[in-house]
Amino acid sequence: MLDIFDILGPIMVGPSSSHTAGAVRIGSMARTLLDDEPVRAKIYLHGSFAETAQGHGTDRALVSGLLGMKPDDNRIPFAFEEAEKAGLEFTIEEIELKEAHPNTAVLKLWGKSGKTLTIQASSTGGGRIMVNRLDGINVNFNGNYNTLVIHNQDNRGHIADVTAALSIAQVNVASMSLHRNKRGGDALMIIETDQPVPEAVRELLSRLPGILKLTYYDKTREEADECGVKFYAGDFRSDGEIR
Amino acid sequence: MSVALNSMQEIFDRMEKSGKEFWEIVLETDIDERQVTREESLAKMLYTWQAMQDAADQYTGQRRSVSGLVGGDGLKMRQHAKRGVALSGNYVSEVIAEALSMAESNACMCRIVAAPTAGACGVLPAVLLPLWARGEITQKDLLEALYVASGIGAVVAYRASISGAAGGCQAEIGTASAMAAGALVAVRGGDGAAIGHAVAMALKNLMGLVCDPVAGLVEVPCVKRNVIGAVNAVTAADMALAGIESKIPVDEVIDAMGEVGRRMPVEFRETALGGLAATPTGRVLKEQAAATRNAKARG
Repeated sequence: MLDIFDILGPIMVGPSSSHTAGAVRIGSMARTLLDDEPVRAKIYLHGSFAETAQGHGTDRALVSGLLGMKPDDNRIPFAFEEAEKAGLEFTIEEIELKEAHPNTAVLKLWGKSGKTLTIQASSTGGGRIMVNRLDGINVNFNGNYNTLVIHNQDNRGHIADVTAALSIAQVNVASMSLHRNKRGGDALMIIETDQPVPEAVRELLSRLPGILKLTYYDKTREEADECGVKFYAGDFRSDGEIR
Repeated sequence: MSVALNSMQEIFDRMEKSGKEFWEIVLETDIDERQVTREESLAKMLYTWQAMQDAADQYTGQRRSVSGLVGGDGLKMRQHAKRGVALSGNYVSEVIAEALSMAESNACMCRIVAAPTAGACGVLPAVLLPLWARGEITQKDLLEALYVASGIGAVVAYRASISGAAGGCQAEIGTASAMAAGALVAVRGGDGAAIGHAVAMALKNLMGLVCDPVAGLVEVPCVKRNVIGAVNAVTAADMALAGIESKIPVDEVIDAMGEVGRRMPVEFRETALGGLAATPTGRVLKEQAAATRNAKARG
């Protein structure tokens, strides 16, 4: 069943939910998974993303997301100026990818404290996205859940450690997928959870042996930001009905 | 257990069994689906309505889209409406002005509410805002109407499509029109059956509408198509409230719309390869847009 707020929403800067709003979310996901302030970005656009980049503001939308803006931020049309203010250097080029969704972008990022990330993601419509590739490893998650992205050495025990910690913290795992580029090399665990994963648990997990990197996409915080602040308590009666 | 929003009939059946209104049944689905409280759902809907109002308020008519193809028509229409000479009459001429303004705002990278898509964002607010401005409906009525609209959109998205790429403009503007028609009937106290007929008639009258965006941008003819979506909703709602019924049941109409969309040639499904996009002027505009893009890439 669809979320009715996918029908009445997203609240976004136009003109296109796939080429603008979705692009902002891709930039924003990239920033989150970089886990650092981006100072340099190489952006590559594929397919119809490349074609309508300017007319639909895809280029500005991606940069806006990298700067931490949400899809409804009024500064999005002025993203290039904002990037200059924030000290983000970037280039935008076209790329041809094999078998990729027509609205796909690849972002290579360098962070202030030296962290790097290469991410490939698609805008699948209605503001929804799909992350296809992270640091050379194929993945498949859409940011509809709180998501743990754990980069670990591909040997035994790590999965059990992670699921044990989540179980103790009473965090329900909605889905989990494992990806690697070759046996015994690096591996990625993508874990989507119903509840948010507390910081203490993330701290613990990131310190476990064999865990190389842990990043976290907090879906509940993104949603709460939307209306938590705007909860007009005075508009409701005590029985919950609108005045 | 709430309904699944897979058919209008399911909602009507639940209305009969529970004695609850259409909007309330949709609200229940939101509570179940997102695991939120009633108040949290209402708050989000209120926030969404605020965003629609904000979008309408910030329109000045001075902005132009990046391509320069659209901008300023909402203002022209508003001025025409104010002169009291519009054939459409007061309400409808305001509806036209709001639809144009919202759709232009979308094309000009302003903040709007996709309903169900950004390209069709002008339709639903256009029919509701003038009623709100005149004090003819309360905030409560409005929120209820928005739940009705969203429920209708969810059913169409499930059974047919709400994307121009999959189903043509009948899937975007058509669905928005159906949502708006249902919302208007709800606002005027129409029952479930009347909502259903309004949705059916709105969709029927836009059946086959193609998606042929010039230069692939959400500008021409998209901005003006928001007008037909909005006005079509008003006529469908008036017919339903007059007791006029659709001979084909609403779920079957939705399915038919889906079938028409699937059979539509790809040239008419947001590829900018046919229809208006392929006219001599359409092609020139497309080339101009590409030239600007290439110049910027090189420079």
